[in-house]
Amino acid sequence: MIRALHRWPGLLAMLLVSALALSGAALSVFPAAERMSAPAAAPGLSVAALAARVQAAHPAVEQIRRAPSGRFTAYWFEGGTPGAAIIDPATGADLGAAGPNRAERWLTELHRSLFLGDGGRIATAAAAGAMLVLALTGAALVARRAGGWRRWFSPQRGPLAARLHVELGRLAILGLAFSSLTALWMTASTFGYLPDEAATPPQPPATSGLTGAALSRMPLLAATPASALRDLTFPAQGDAADLYTLTTATGTGLVDQGTGATLGWADNSGWQAVTETIYSLHTGRGAAVIGLVLGLAALSVPAMVVTGTVLWLAGRRGRPRLRGNAPAGKADIVILVGSEGGSTWGFAATLGSALGRFGPAVHVAPMAGFDPGRFPRAAGYIILAATYGEGAAPQSARGFLDRLAALAAAPRAPVAVLGFGDRSFPGYCAFAEDVARLAEARGWPAFLPFDRVDRQSPQDFARWGRALGAVMGIDLQLNHQPVPPAGIGLALLSRRDYGDKVGAPTTILRFALPPVTLWQRLAGRGFARFQAGDLLGILPEGSPVPRFYSLASGRRDGFIEIVVRKHEGGLCSGQLAALRPGQTVHAFLRRNPGFRAGRGSAPLILIGAGTGIGPLAGLLRANRRGRPVHLFFGLRHPDSDFLYGEELDGWRRDGRLDRLITAASRGERPHYVQDALRREAALVAGLVRGGARVMVCGGREMAAGVSAALGEILAPAGLSPALLKAEGRYAEDIY
Amino acid sequence: MNSRIALFALTTALTLPGLALARPVTLATRMAAYGGDGAYLAIYLTDAQGAYVRSLWLAGPRSKYHRHLSGWYRATGGDASQINGITGASVGAGKTLEVTVDLADALIDAGYVLHMDAAVEDMRESPDEVTVPLTSAGAGKAVRGRRYVADFSYHF
Repeated sequence: MIRALHRWPGLLAMLLVSALALSGAALSVFPAAERMSAPAAAPGLSVAALAARVQAAHPAVEQIRRAPSGRFTAYWFEGGTPGAAIIDPATGADLGAAGPNRAERWLTELHRSLFLGDGGRIATAAAAGAMLVLALTGAALVARRAGGWRRWFSPQRGPLAARLHVELGRLAILGLAFSSLTALWMTASTFGYLPDEAATPPQPPATSGLTGAALSRMPLLAATPASALRDLTFPAQGDAADLYTLTTATGTGLVDQGTGATLGWADNSGWQAVTETIYSLHTGRGAAVIGLVLGLAALSVPAMVVTGTVLWLAGRRGRPRLRGNAPAGKADIVILVGSEGGSTWGFAATLGSALGRFGPAVHVAPMAGFDPGRFPRAAGYIILAATYGEGAAPQSARGFLDRLAALAAAPRAPVAVLGFGDRSFPGYCAFAEDVARLAEARGWPAFLPFDRVDRQSPQDFARWGRALGAVMGIDLQLNHQPVPPAGIGLALLSRRDYGDKVGAPTTILRFALPPVTLWQRLAGRGFARFQAGDLLGILPEGSPVPRFYSLASGRRDGFIEIVVRKHEGGLCSGQLAALRPGQTVHAFLRRNPGFRAGRGSAPLILIGAGTGIGPLAGLLRANRRGRPVHLFFGLRHPDSDFLYGEELDGWRRDGRLDRLITAASRGERPHYVQDALRREAALVAGLVRGGARVMVCGGREMAAGVSAALGEILAPAGLSPALLKAEGRYAEDIY
Repeated sequence: MNSRIALFALTTALTLPGLALARPVTLATRMAAYGGDGAYLAIYLTDAQGAYVRSLWLAGPRSKYHRHLSGWYRATGGDASQINGITGASVGAGKTLEVTVDLADALIDAGYVLHMDAAVEDMRESPDEVTVPLTSAGAGKAVRGRRYVADFSYHF
């Protein structure tokens, strides 16, 4: 909802808002320049003294004005011609011709009315309103993204465009909100919607009829400091009934030209004072520094427009295109999708078009943002849900369970839940099971029992489809061939082989970086941005299902590296093990945000065994700032499968690695990495108490053993792996 | 390039001597290239003693800025009823303003004076930008304004 409120004003008003922001930024320079060039009035100088100096230089002076920048301008009428000049308040001498700056006037007219008069003023006010909505919703989105208002300035991750958008936004948001609010106020004032009319002193009943009082004998002028002056208008020559009119920051007064007496005074109203302050802050006239700050903030707007548009387009491209997707309000059947990498969307598209052939209007939507009110005609819901990690909601289903739990009542139209997962993982379809369980608990009727699809099996899906068709009374044939993610050819640069002697043939494969398009760079897609711990999906020949390997390198390293152990009869590992430099594989990138070292400077405890060293080595290589790192590495025999042995030596020397503790399971004193942890219990416990972060990578058994060992080690300190996980200090990458 | 703004106004009946005999008077104003935004102009009539008689035209839509037409404002207090139906857009630099008003014959050659006040944003106010006696002899003769008006004339 907030996102939609942010997106549409942004897209609709982007050109107008950019034009206003750029002209505003350009205008902000003028008051600062004027301020610097204007000679300041001496502190004790009175209006009377200043006026006397000017009158000495220009006997026919008619008016003296002080701009908010402090610049004094005098106007006179001599010998039938008008004159005006900027004057030096210290001497009353002319400093140069006065007159509005052409460029400034042009920019001002563009900025406030687009040269279109009142219609233009209304358009610019609408743009200011859009800017205000953008600032407010943007602030809410930044806070949501950062995880709370207190973490407003927390470091940003994500694609370049997203980072730029947020970084610029949170710096500029206050200035932009302020500029747009004050702009709206000024428009309201211009159109007379505010009671901020200038005060006018009541006309005196009669003047003395005399002329020629000395300026110094006029108490009001003598008491007013020149720095408070706005305007002093002299009486018209030859009109004895005319008066001096003095306008200051606080009000307006009248002075008799014959006696020097003050004949009237009116204070400015509170509204007028507010309007003047707002005018001064918005334009920077009289507040040059604030004006420059606002101008700088405005400069961010065009960049935000570009990055925001890139984000919007990237988001649209990211979701698979669904042909013939019915509008939500007209849908008979609603398919809700919980997908992490996008493959579940493919199943949903197949299901949607197959069902649509029998007549009903089918709407496919993400599970996130679930709101049954959007589907008034829905006769049935079908939920297709993958699982992230060990039971978490996948990306397109974030918040679904909370929303379902918070509904006043479950929808009346019945539901069918189908889980997608990998049977070899412990949390097989765990999220989908949670969904089905909660649906039942909330009294949401099911029209088909909960079912699962293993490893994107077309057979499983077709079988479930027949069951669905039977319930609906149709002959539903679901023929889904998973569309493999678009891979790109990666050429092998080099390979290093280990572990043959100990029966664990393992290879470090290094691939060349593929070329990256500008679009990928901006949107942070493809190989434009990755780091150690992200996943490389490899599409082996002969199978449409990708296999994932943890990356042992980041984009900055300039190559793509993975560590692969050859499994007996393994299709993908076999092909990789046989790969020669120069040959290519088809691969794509998948992010793994759950396995990151995080920024901070807290020590890292890295624990890995076998090929699990890969991403940990990548983290070490990236540890250029010398964050304290302790690596526990489990291997079979130091002589055979000491992966990254040489690099580890070098990293220890140049400060990227503090300690390396190895555990060899073969040889003289066989032990595992969890045994090594127990032996170093005091060190580990001390580090964790001090805020260290634990990262574990390797096989499932090893991870379980490590977790148990850490449980024992940390128990005396009242800590556990589960507690650390809850704090985000325990990350696992398990296969 | 001068665009011509032709405006016609028929003023309502006024309690003035010789009301029965009135004639249309065209007031023509050509602005100088003073290099600023559109000017606010007030054209009004005073009697021989300088006392305000009536307003003839006010160019400039926003009443909040009318106080900058200081001579007119002092005479009327900004009274909106004085300019009811006789207002129009402000007049840009180099542009012309032509309006026709009905004036009683008794006002002509009787010491009455036409005044024009002018004001421009961020520039000096100019009360009595133009003052010219309303006489038969003066009709059709252009007079210069002080700052913003290149020339002003009236025609019967």
